[in-house]
Amino acid sequence: MDMRDMTAMEIGKEIREGRIRVGEAVEFCMKQIEEKEPKLNAFISVCEKERLQKRIAEVEQGIKDGVYQGGLAGVPVAVKDNICTVHMPTTCASRMLEHFVSPYQAEVVRRLENAGAVIIGKTNMDEFAMGSTSETSAFGPVKNPCNPEHVPGGSSGGSCAAVSSGECFYALGSDTGGSIRQPSAYCNVAGMKPTYGTVSRYGLIAYGSSFDQIGPIARNVEDCACILETIAGYDRKDSTCVKRDVYDFMDGIKSGVEGLRIGIPEEYLKEGLQKEIREAVKKAAEWLKECGAKIEYFSLGLTEYTIPSYYLIACAQASSNLERFDGVKYGFRAKEYEELHEMYKKSRSEGFGMEVKQRILLGSFVLSSGYYDAYYLKALRARTQIKQEFDKAFAKYDVLLGPVTPTTAPPLGESLKDPLAMYLGDIYTVPLNLAGLPGMSLPFGVDGKNLPIGLQIFADCFQEKKILRTAYTLERAQQRREQ
Amino acid sequence: MKKEYETIIGLEVHVELATKTKIFCGCSTKFGGEPNTHTCPVCTGMPGALPVLNKKVVEYALRAGLALHCEVNSPCLFDRKNYFYPDNPQNYQISQLYLPICHDGYVEIETASGKKNIRIHEMHMEEDAGKLVHDEWSDCSLVDYNRSGIPLIEIVSEPDMRTAAEVVAYLEKLRSIMQYLEVSDCKLQEGSMRADVNLSVREKGTLNLGTRTEMKNLNSFKAITRAIENERDRQIELLEEGKAVIQETRRWDDNKEYSYAMRSKEDAKDYRYFPDPDLMPVNIEEEWLEFLRKNQPEFAEEKRERYQKEFGLSKYDVLLLTESRHLAKLFEETTKFCGMPKQAANWMIGETLRLAKERGMEYEEIHFSPQHLGDLIRIVQKGEINNRNAKKVFEKIFYEDIEPSLYIKEHGMVSVKDTKKLAQAVEEIIAQNSKAVEEYREGKQKTFGFLVGQTMRTMHGNADPEMVREILKQKLDRRADFS
Repeated sequence: MDMRDMTAMEIGKEIREGRIRVGEAVEFCMKQIEEKEPKLNAFISVCEKERLQKRIAEVEQGIKDGVYQGGLAGVPVAVKDNICTVHMPTTCASRMLEHFVSPYQAEVVRRLENAGAVIIGKTNMDEFAMGSTSETSAFGPVKNPCNPEHVPGGSSGGSCAAVSSGECFYALGSDTGGSIRQPSAYCNVAGMKPTYGTVSRYGLIAYGSSFDQIGPIARNVEDCACILETIAGYDRKDSTCVKRDVYDFMDGIKSGVEGLRIGIPEEYLKEGLQKEIREAVKKAAEWLKECGAKIEYFSLGLTEYTIPSYYLIACAQASSNLERFDGVKYGFRAKEYEELHEMYKKSRSEGFGMEVKQRILLGSFVLSSGYYDAYYLKALRARTQIKQEFDKAFAKYDVLLGPVTPTTAPPLGESLKDPLAMYLGDIYTVPLNLAGLPGMSLPFGVDGKNLPIGLQIFADCFQEKKILRTAYTLERAQQRREQ
Repeated sequence: MKKEYETIIGLEVHVELATKTKIFCGCSTKFGGEPNTHTCPVCTGMPGALPVLNKKVVEYALRAGLALHCEVNSPCLFDRKNYFYPDNPQNYQISQLYLPICHDGYVEIETASGKKNIRIHEMHMEEDAGKLVHDEWSDCSLVDYNRSGIPLIEIVSEPDMRTAAEVVAYLEKLRSIMQYLEVSDCKLQEGSMRADVNLSVREKGTLNLGTRTEMKNLNSFKAITRAIENERDRQIELLEEGKAVIQETRRWDDNKEYSYAMRSKEDAKDYRYFPDPDLMPVNIEEEWLEFLRKNQPEFAEEKRERYQKEFGLSKYDVLLLTESRHLAKLFEETTKFCGMPKQAANWMIGETLRLAKERGMEYEEIHFSPQHLGDLIRIVQKGEINNRNAKKVFEKIFYEDIEPSLYIKEHGMVSVKDTKKLAQAVEEIIAQNSKAVEEYREGKQKTFGFLVGQTMRTMHGNADPEMVREILKQKLDRRADFS
């Protein structure tokens, strides 16, 4: 079997059973990277050879000694470049952090390494995770492997492109308003945003702290479950981390959807949604029905308030989170300046890109005195009400189904011309972040231009297993039909 | 006719809490240490680092708040106060604005004009900033983050004070409370207690408050007194000249004894406060509060009352003894060991304070075991050692904490009570000092003292002076009879 077609868990199995060496798996990825990077630009840094050799030896020994027994031991992985690593720079795709190497390891990285993962590189993204196309990177845009004329989505565009193209077997992304699910949909990979508080944010460079969650990006549903099991867990270093009852995400994934109550919000199928995506959602509903699920269309209130609430809260938090990038302690500092104030001004003006500056300005504005109540507090209240709308829905349904994006991947260079339209593109993904809900993007066919379509499957907080069961069922149904 | 004015003063007091570790990370709070050695990713504002609240800080703050008769907010929240300055690594300070831990309390103060309650508006927790060091030599500024993240409470009073004496009484009371609670050492000079003075004046009899100014950089009670008087006069002068007082922050220069404006209300910063999304609301259970209430220490006033009643000590003595909790503790324990409170008080107020003053020591730096002083008091009481020797032994206890009975034996300081030996010594002295003896017999009483001293000297100071006196008198008088 060609490694090109293998999932992370399949590679893991081959490695554990001695048919593929860790070095070979890494070598395979390195070759893909060498071939495809000039076109894709999915990576910002690739691990140095020496470090990689050392890690490969370490992991091989660890597997032999039984230290690494998990499904991901020895499998090469790529990590989004807003997650801190000590062996490679962590740039957030910003000039501000171009040469920054973190003095400490993010909690998820520690967990990956404890599971015997080999981190081969850091992936490109929208600068500071602000964007929906991976075009705001200071290191050039990422291209969609399914069609390089199109964007891969964002902000975890590099991670999704890398998994989709075979440059790595799985990757980590982060999702603040759809940054895992949307590029997963565009790039034909499976991506999941866990319930807020499931994966430690310690070492994730914050964008919108109340929404940020790290999650898996992989080739199939089972991989996602396995990765989530590896990276999830209570961490006392992150006060927003939750002690959950359930962490065995693999368990029961194949138990089907018999009797599962699945709701489809009508508002998610209305005007503005690409026809082929609407059809895909309906087709998925049909298939799930055939598998024994109960399908119902229902009205979800307040959807029109999600985008403004999200952008107000996320930008406000971002404006404060990004204050630490000032040229004093680390990162970019302007070359010439007269005094302190000018050093700040020049360093931040030169270090940040347009989109980041725009969101800092918006966020600073809504927090400033006289506007805080009118904007920030109001947005927080809207958020509470949106959460209540979901509570109502989850009293009736186990799982919700809908589109990930209004359209398939747009051509490069289009979106940034009209940022408002770009923000509106987050309409289906943002509500989950506002309510803290887990959600998954599952590849589900292509449109007329052969661009991938993603289905969004989501559920109440801590109900990842229901999502995974549903997604797995749909994935199998697709495979059966392809055969 | 000259108008009569009233001064209205409110205080903002910062108190550094004496927890072992910082408020949001595990770094040491120890004073001193090489620059940037008590630091970690959290307190240096590294990207991706997250704060975790130190529960001890909440406990200390609650203990302080309860002692100030405050109401407690549960839950209380942390907010971010955003402003750029290099000593502030995140460029926001984690503080409390909307829901501080405590509010609406009071402290009772006593001045020459009687007792009075000063109301507390609110008390909140926050983190301290680092320290900027301006290196004139190389024309650059350096920053030390050892202090960054040291826990503080800020106590905001109502504008209830009218004179500098009241302000000093209030500060002394706060300091005593904090020291007795052992939550802070409250040293103004070292900055573990910092006071900003809000002051306005108004014509006597009017009800509306005048425009106030805020005075910073007050490093001693003397400086505070001078600054208050100076600012009061400045404001009155302005009003007398028909000019307006400008609402502004002023900095006191104690060497030049004047203040200058730092910033006016117009350029007051907009701190863009908002709830810190990295920290959870702090819930304070009633049981915990009950436990803390029950375990409040005996404060200075209560001790004073008890010492007078239980031990029959004078008002002046108890004032000295309770000036610091440490001193009071030494006194109480010494009393416990010897059962003689008056003697214990005398040793504390007399010798202990004298030696401490001589050495320029703080009370907290006095470190002898009360058992040793207790033993000494008993030895003196039994007449086993004379007073002069006892003082010598005490010095050894004070500096080296020696065990007194052992030391007295080893150094042959036990008073000689052997009548035969003493008589022999007296005989010798009488024989050697015939002139003095003669003078005594002629009625010069003074020479008696001289002869006692001579006898003591031959006994190397170890004679019981009472016995020496008695024997000498006997012998001299007897001989006088024969002659």
